[in-house]
Amino acid sequence: MVYLTRRAEFSASHYYHNPDLSPEENQRLFGKCNNPNGHGHNYTLEVTVKGNVDPCSGFVVDLKQLKDVLNREVLDAMDHRFLNKEVPEFLHRIPTTENIAIVVWQRLAPKLQQAQLHRVRVYETPDLFADFYGEP
Amino acid sequence: MKAYLTRRYMFSASHRLHSDAMSEAENAATYGKCNNPHGHGHNYMLEVTVSGPVDEATGMVCNLVDLDGFVHTKIIDRFDLQNLNTMPEFVSAVPTTENLCIAIYDILRRGFRFAHLEKVRFEETMMNSFEYAGGAELRH
Repeated sequence: MVYLTRRAEFSASHYYHNPDLSPEENQRLFGKCNNPNGHGHNYTLEVTVKGNVDPCSGFVVDLKQLKDVLNREVLDAMDHRFLNKEVPEFLHRIPTTENIAIVVWQRLAPKLQQAQLHRVRVYETPDLFADFYGEP
Repeated sequence: MKAYLTRRYMFSASHRLHSDAMSEAENAATYGKCNNPHGHGHNYMLEVTVSGPVDEATGMVCNLVDLDGFVHTKIIDRFDLQNLNTMPEFVSAVPTTENLCIAIYDILRRGFRFAHLEKVRFEETMMNSFEYAGGAELRH
């Protein structure tokens, strides 16, 4: 089994707000991240896939295919977007780093053909990242 | 769904690697330049990884304010700009980064209640890093 990681970057804005909670409770929970006008990050995404090395090609996965899927399913949808308003999953789910990792996983997993998705890592800043391994 | 959250922190501290269980010559042979009696320092990069179900109401494994608050109060405020050899954690343990990993892990495990502690990772320099998950295997 060999693991292969592809890195990508996207820039997007978001804010944290739960409509089921009072404005005071939102403010207490989310602080500055609750500003409804949003704020932005340069996100770094790491997608790790695993599989056996194909004896013919020497690849775990065709990187071009992985890149195409990543561009189509994730970057086209999220790069230079306001996540809360423009990405359907975040209309009713708070776009925290954890949830972005889950959504990226859910978008990629059904589209990958050769290799199996192992981990999605999302850096919100160089000091903060979330990992998702598809665990329930 | 279970996710893992990792936060990076920095602190700077000095130390000297020296074991009372060894002779001066053995200490010098074992620790080399790190045995310099006057000590030396590092900018330590600490990574704390916690895990748990993503809360549906907040979208979070744990609130960063709680994690940052704990780490700043219980770790950074105590260790930053200190000599590790003078700290209670290292009265009977050599302040190698291995032992520093274990000491920091234990502080978090004993006191941090907002999510499950997964592991602690230190970079002592750009060339050396150390990880400790309380004896469990690491997940990569």
